[in-house]
Amino acid sequence: MIAGIDIGSRSMELVLLDKNEMVLERKLPTTFDPASQLKIILDGVKADLISATGYGRKLVTEEICGAPCVSLTEIKAYALGISYLFPEARTILDIGGQDTKAISLMKNGKVAKFEMNDRCAAGTGKFLEHLATVFQLPIEEFGNYALGGTEPLTINSMCTVFAETEATSLMAQGKNPRDIALGLHASIVRRTTNMLHRVGLSEPFVFAGGVANNPCVINMLTDALNIKPLVPEGPDMVGALGSALYGKSLTEIS
Amino acid sequence: MSESAYKEMWENLNLDVAAHDGLLEVLGKFYGDIYMSQQGRLQGMEYLDFVLSEVHGLRIKELMDAKAEGKKIIGTFCVFVPEELSLAVEAVQVGLCAGADAGTEAAETVVPRNTCALIKSFIGFKMAKICPYTESCDLIIGETTCDGKKKAYEAFGEMAPMHIMEVPQRKEASDRVLWKSEVLRLKDELEKLTGKTVTAESLKKGIKIVNEKRRALQRLNKLRAAKPTPISGRDVLLINQVSFYDDPIRFTASINDLCDQIDERIAKSEGIVPENTPRLMLSGCPMAVPNWKLPYIIESSGAVVVAEESCIGTRNSRDLVDESGETVEEMIDAICDRYMKIDCACFTPNNERMDNIKELAEEAGVDGVIHYSLMFCQPYTHETFKVEKALAGQDVPMLAIETDYSMEDVEQLKTRVEAFVEMIS
Ligand code: SF4
Ligand code: SF4
Repeated sequence: MIAGIDIGSRSMELVLLDKNEMVLERKLPTTFDPASQLKIILDGVKADLISATGYGRKLVTEEICGAPCVSLTEIKAYALGISYLFPEARTILDIGGQDTKAISLMKNGKVAKFEMNDRCAAGTGKFLEHLATVFQLPIEEFGNYALGGTEPLTINSMCTVFAETEATSLMAQGKNPRDIALGLHASIVRRTTNMLHRVGLSEPFVFAGGVANNPCVINMLTDALNIKPLVPEGPDMVGALGSALYGKSLTEIS
Repeated sequence: MSESAYKEMWENLNLDVAAHDGLLEVLGKFYGDIYMSQQGRLQGMEYLDFVLSEVHGLRIKELMDAKAEGKKIIGTFCVFVPEELSLAVEAVQVGLCAGADAGTEAAETVVPRNTCALIKSFIGFKMAKICPYTESCDLIIGETTCDGKKKAYEAFGEMAPMHIMEVPQRKEASDRVLWKSEVLRLKDELEKLTGKTVTAESLKKGIKIVNEKRRALQRLNKLRAAKPTPISGRDVLLINQVSFYDDPIRFTASINDLCDQIDERIAKSEGIVPENTPRLMLSGCPMAVPNWKLPYIIESSGAVVVAEESCIGTRNSRDLVDESGETVEEMIDAICDRYMKIDCACFTPNNERMDNIKELAEEAGVDGVIHYSLMFCQPYTHETFKVEKALAGQDVPMLAIETDYSMEDVEQLKTRVEAFVEMIS
């Protein structure tokens, strides 16, 4: 039994693999105390090996988990997870809580090239999450809300704080809030399409990570690229799945 | 020598002693974490540990003693300043490039915020009065290798005695003429400062000393690339950094000793990492002391650095000055030729650099290259694209990193470097 864990800035996910079967999936918020959350998510889990990815991958140690532990980066984890779900996939976009990554894959599923946002949270899930609160909406509804707009208003700033200033000043001008929301989504899409072109976008193209739950981003991405992305079921579980697959590959070697 | 005696020396140099204590503390801790924690280091590294522990102590004392004997101290920021000439007038040449985030706020009052960390650092060190080397200098030689430096020296020149060399930007015959006139102008300036004349004999000696230093570094660069890797990339980087400010003769002897030890290791097939550890080359902007952030991240991500295409690396030691000249004129020509081979990104075009990178990657048998540029460094960041293309032609994968001296992006960098290492393993 192999446990794959993805500890992101916002949430952590667990996938338990028995042979090739996913036998368990769990998700918890990371909170300010990830070590305690880790114990909770692993509660009752009997794994032979724990494989961790994500921002908090180094937190996972034998002492905390009671099983041998290994780690890998999100980039490799997403490559493994996506190749398992879509063996033909050539490009991956992963927008998570604080990171956005574009990955191109070779035919054998290995990473050929990747790009990551640097330093700030522009163009990541955090950006949308923060702006959803300005609209007093839960993040899960923000995408659908924006889809109700007709004409995206231009938001120039990529910076979360400045984008908020722009959005509120547009609100003060009496603009349609849905159009503002649409504009905010558009700014994320603009940023990620650049990243995708830098790694060389080719099909099949898979969109994963938490933001792939957002229908507005999917729509706008489709329009901007002229490619409809494949979105896995439970797009935020891919990291944990890839992580578990990595653990499994290690046990198979030995 | 006791700490208190150093204190007096620092006070005499007009350092801000409290701020300086702070810098030393950070440096010491950094050094401990990054260097002393390594396993299986060569004995010869003790020399470097010592040199570094005394970087603001004994070495400065030596500079003070030299000054007392009437010698002059020449500070430099760049590998374009011929140390041969300084030695020929019995001056001591030290590299000043600063690699720490200190005095940044002060620096930003005289240079724009969007300036590379290296420039802000050398200005910051000066304004915060924390660098005993800067304060010891009788003359500091600047050079026009990039717009940032060029303009920064105007501000720096108001705080310190400076001489600026104009480095050409192309490598045509007319540029060689310009460069030679600049080398001669430096010679005059040095002669005026020291009251000594560059003679055929003294210049020959200077050339010899610097060539020997470069030969030792060349030897080290060959040996480090053995499989399994006999010495960490961090240690070699440190050696290259120290080569800029330690006494050249002592340095050469110590590095040759160290190389003997490495020879023994290689004979026994002993490495500091397992044979199959991914081998990386670092390429790009210079890394001044104590800028060890990226090498440390790389070597704690399961890879080892086996080559450095950088001014604090092979660019400083790859070419020698021809030793056959007999007259001052001939030797000056030989010096000019040697320095015109430097493949700094400030040149246009700069195709030699691509060739040199390809060659080095091949020789050192690397699995990948990490191209490092300081944020806001136009010349090297521009060349990132070309380097990537040149390497792609040889199927060598490359990761481009743009960063500065701050620690805010360490986690990000770790993920990117680890992912790159996974990709090439
Ligand atoms: S990169 Fe260019 S400017 Fe900087 S030290 Fe090297 S040669 Fe000089
Ligand atoms: S790092 Fe780049 S910008 Fe900074 S001094 Fe060197 S060449 Fe100039």
